Amino acid sequence: MNTKEITTQISEAADSLNLKKWDYGASFSNDYSVQVDKGEAKQLKASQKQILTIRVWNDSNLVGITTTSDISESGIKKALNQANIASDFGNKNERTEFSPLAKDPIEVKDSKKRNPVGIKKLLTLLRDAEVKLLDSHESIKSVPYNGLSESFYERVYANSDGAFRSYTKSQAALYLYARAEVKNKKPRSSGSVKLGYGVEDIDIESCIKDASNKTISHLNYSSIKTDKYLICFSPESFLTIINAFSSMFNARSILDGVSLSNKNSIGEILSTKALNIYDDGLHEKNISSSPFDGEGTPTKRLCLINKGRLENFIHSESTARIFKTIPTGHAGLGSKVSVSPDWIVVEKSEENSDLITSLDHTTYDDEFVYIEELNAIHAGVRASQGSFSLPFDGWLYKNGEKISIESATVAGDIKYLLKNIVNIESSQEVTTSGISPHIWVDELSITGDA
Amino acid sequence: MIAKISNLRLDNLLHREDLYTHMLSSQIKSNEILFGSCNKDLLEEIIFYGIGLGADFVEIFIENTDNSSVLAEEDFITSVSPSFGRGAGIRIFKDKKDGFVSTNDLTKHGLMKSVTQAIEMLDITDNKKSDVFNGLNKHRDFSLSKKKWINEIPSINEISEKLLVSTKSLKKNNKIITRKGSYSRNLQEVIIASSDGTYVSDIRLHQTVGLNVIASDAQYRSSGSRRFGSSGMPDEFRLWDHEKAANDVFESSMNMLYADYVDAGQMPVVLANKFGGVIFHEACGHLLETTQIERGTTPFENKLNEKIAHESVTAIDEGISEGSFGSLSVDDEGMEPEKSVLIKDGILKKFISDRAGELRTGHKRTGSGRRQNYSFAAASRMRNTYIAKGNYSKEDLINSISDGLYCKSMGGGSVGATGQFNFAVEEGYLIKNGKLTNPVKGATLIGEAKEVMPKISMCGNDLELAPGFCGSISGSVNVTVGQPHIKVDSITVGGR
Repeated sequence: MNTKEITTQISEAADSLNLKKWDYGASFSNDYSVQVDKGEAKQLKASQKQILTIRVWNDSNLVGITTTSDISESGIKKALNQANIASDFGNKNERTEFSPLAKDPIEVKDSKKRNPVGIKKLLTLLRDAEVKLLDSHESIKSVPYNGLSESFYERVYANSDGAFRSYTKSQAALYLYARAEVKNKKPRSSGSVKLGYGVEDIDIESCIKDASNKTISHLNYSSIKTDKYLICFSPESFLTIINAFSSMFNARSILDGVSLSNKNSIGEILSTKALNIYDDGLHEKNISSSPFDGEGTPTKRLCLINKGRLENFIHSESTARIFKTIPTGHAGLGSKVSVSPDWIVVEKSEENSDLITSLDHTTYDDEFVYIEELNAIHAGVRASQGSFSLPFDGWLYKNGEKISIESATVAGDIKYLLKNIVNIESSQEVTTSGISPHIWVDELSITGDA
Repeated sequence: MIAKISNLRLDNLLHREDLYTHMLSSQIKSNEILFGSCNKDLLEEIIFYGIGLGADFVEIFIENTDNSSVLAEEDFITSVSPSFGRGAGIRIFKDKKDGFVSTNDLTKHGLMKSVTQAIEMLDITDNKKSDVFNGLNKHRDFSLSKKKWINEIPSINEISEKLLVSTKSLKKNNKIITRKGSYSRNLQEVIIASSDGTYVSDIRLHQTVGLNVIASDAQYRSSGSRRFGSSGMPDEFRLWDHEKAANDVFESSMNMLYADYVDAGQMPVVLANKFGGVIFHEACGHLLETTQIERGTTPFENKLNEKIAHESVTAIDEGISEGSFGSLSVDDEGMEPEKSVLIKDGILKKFISDRAGELRTGHKRTGSGRRQNYSFAAASRMRNTYIAKGNYSKEDLINSISDGLYCKSMGGGSVGATGQFNFAVEEGYLIKNGKLTNPVKGATLIGEAKEVMPKISMCGNDLELAPGFCGSISGSVNVTVGQPHIKVDSITVGGR
């Protein structure tokens, strides 16, 4: 069945059950992936998957939902029935409606959909990459975590009011995590991830080089003394922390009482005035971009922090209605609709005269800690309290030397962090989760075991 | 079935297409997997097809799921989310490689297509096999006594009512600003068949319920949460003591509301029982899975029968404790789970192994092949994993410390590729001169398995288990962690 046929089938089944108001979101995907171990194929994987989420409104305009992987005629009828039953428990205090923007025109850019290269090609490329990474340095003994995958998928949103949107896409990913060992030292591990629309778009050589350089650079490691340090966040680590605390911008989190912000926080100073943060799901560098969200609302660029001030919240249909604004294209599709950012873009604002521009991670001579990657976000972030205590991979720069830090955590408070940004470097870097320059923060606590 | 296909002499099959066409046109009546019916003929045909094409081993995992979740916030039900689905995961082994294909298409054509795809992925061109598939064994149906569960589990109405009572009982003062109760139920019917003759069916039921609060007073904020879970016990949610749970969560949030941040440093710690067992799960358990041996990422690979922990430590992984969240009648590869003593008095005795682990590392299967669902290939995973009880009381452990930390409630954690681990302390108290004193927040425990295991010097006599979800190579699976109170002589505590 194609997506138009599914829509017709849902419509007919809804009519037969006397369900007048419904919408659905669906995704259909074919994924292929390979893993290797010392030149041999380890696991080769293919999957064909379909997920259909149907919402139904009952006569009291309360919504119920069901999700299924069964898109047969009987599966669709069962899903509609179950959703109808679930609607008896619909939330009377916060009603859900169709997005008023679900039929607005969307800008469908060139989807850059690639053709599959096939498992054999994936395997050959990954085998070669593993060999090159193992050959890149004598200390690299294995590549325990590796994978090359390609996915082809279609997403759809439609409703009983006549909205219909769909797009097709392809995406490929390569990850290489190497393990290095030298005598009388603990093994060290690091890696790199690269994404592309297709396998041909992935810069495999640069992934190998990054994984090798990162891993080797951690061989010369040492414990760090517990203290407060000047910190330089890599673009990736800064985006990790912004995403971890994105409930500050999230209207759903505000209504749920789990955000540091409240309904009246727009305009509040959150950070140094030199900071701008946008959510830009349609950014040309965002491989995973989607032209619409789970409710069919078009995706758009939205300013979250403008010159240090909180500028906008991200919304679903229902949160937007409560906040008396319009949906922003950040909704999922659920009984209780989730809201989440798409792709964060961090940049230096025009009001940057207070920044200490001599802080440049490539040239700065004095002592600082460079945080390359933050780990265990699920365990170490208290988003509703604003605090974090996170293990990280990084280096201590001291007296012109760069020493990998063994087993340490960085701890602090997000509001303190944002207000104590002392430099935002000029050059932005594209990562898998957004774009950011290097960000310098004064005085964060580092715990080590020296 | 074997008689029907005996005319297919493998050495006469020149082309894969011949076999495919022949199989599709065979006389087997059922052309689709039907739950609740005998699928033996169809499964044998699919397996025979894979073996005929040159596979060393063929495994079919089929599931049918019926799930529900309910969320109560403050005094209202805000979400009811049912879901159902079905799918198959087909795994083919050739030498030590495996190809895995998952699909939602449970027709004969769909399953055969998946086998073909796996065969092609593995580039199997030699279909000369010395072994012929001898058909499936007698069906072992673990689901017989469980078919009634669907009628015994609580209805959405019943769940909603109890959740609302629970969230109401969290409202004990005006400092509690957010109250949530959540319930989820997963009912999974599985059929597992493989070319070694394995043919089993089972029904699994997992229920979990959690309470969360956020407390606030001026600039102070704290949160509290507890989760409870069971497997295979339809009545468990009805029996859940929500009052006790609500009191516990409330007290925890109040105790932590005005807590100071912990000072970072090296110190002795006492980890509470139940979910305190996450330290062993993360720090050591994962490193005893054969997937880690396959990757070369465990420091314990060549340490069998060597001392890897303090002699006070005996650790167990099993899937048989009745009702525990990680228990199962049969694993996802069709093997009944066993009780594995991983560490006995500090000596490493066993690894947690699945079929691929046995094939690639030589460690015998332990009934630990597990996966989130049909779209993942099974891997060696923990089930109910715990440190056995010792002889000390909780007070003995605390009294033995002059300056340290008591970790009453743990958050999540993770273990890195080289064995370093970390996990968050949700509720902690300073220990001064053998007594519990001020509550502290923001603590993270950091260490390395190899170094911490010898430092677990005292084990209490109060072993208890707690449910959790473990995410790893084969997805998120239900597990139990557990331990008595234990003392770690020294560990890095991250703080401010």
